[in-house]
Amino acid sequence: MLDALTVVVGVTALALAAWCGFAAYKDQPTKDWHFIGMAVVTVLALAQLVVGIVRLAQGDEASEGTAIFVSYLIGSALAVPAAGFLSLAERTRWGSATVAAGAVVLAVLEVRLHDIWGG
Amino acid sequence: MAEPTTDANRPTKLVAGPGLLLVWLYGVMSVGAVSRSVYQILTDFGSAPLAHVLSAVAAVVYAFITYTLVRGGETARKAALVCCAAELAGVLIVGTWTVLDPSAFPDSTVWSEYGMGYVFIPVLLPVTGMLWLRRARG
Repeated sequence: MLDALTVVVGVTALALAAWCGFAAYKDQPTKDWHFIGMAVVTVLALAQLVVGIVRLAQGDEASEGTAIFVSYLIGSALAVPAAGFLSLAERTRWGSATVAAGAVVLAVLEVRLHDIWGG
Repeated sequence: MAEPTTDANRPTKLVAGPGLLLVWLYGVMSVGAVSRSVYQILTDFGSAPLAHVLSAVAAVVYAFITYTLVRGGETARKAALVCCAAELAGVLIVGTWTVLDPSAFPDSTVWSEYGMGYVFIPVLLPVTGMLWLRRARG
């Protein structure tokens, strides 16, 4: 479940990055549809946070330690909403570019999360 | 959102256009470097004191640049410019050091191998930052 979510969040984050990157390329700000996309990715990341904590509570252990694992889970859940919030204030292509960068950061965090959990 | 202004009486706005992307990346690096550094120092400072001190220095530099960019204004712009130069120097010196003498670094820092573990963002960011800060001159 956790491994599957890590893959799903990583892939959807890359898709979001490509989508918002394309909007930036076309000189467009983030629009409603982009925010729906961000919401979907964020819900998945939050689900991952919950599942991760449940797994820890059940007695499973992350191979690189609980503190690092939980910090990365929280970072993953915050990356896209934080970038999306910034893009609300910057109604130009640079808002879209920031969300794209946020989604790339999330994808990188997922790769690290995979190592931290399973190593 | 107000346009960046050239009016000397009003603060130079640094978080606008490409500046937003820059602040975002600096913010991410700050969070990453600060949490890494706090964790390293709390858990096993003794095993690699040099690497951990350098991580802490990097964290402070990133946090300070993020703060100056968000704050805006001509003084902050100049302070950020100096810090970006210091950051670039740090990446180059520490990067070269880790390549020449890996044994001095049992644990890696944010700036090890020119920031390879961070997709070379640590070496690209200060260059981009300085270009943007020069252009945003009030």
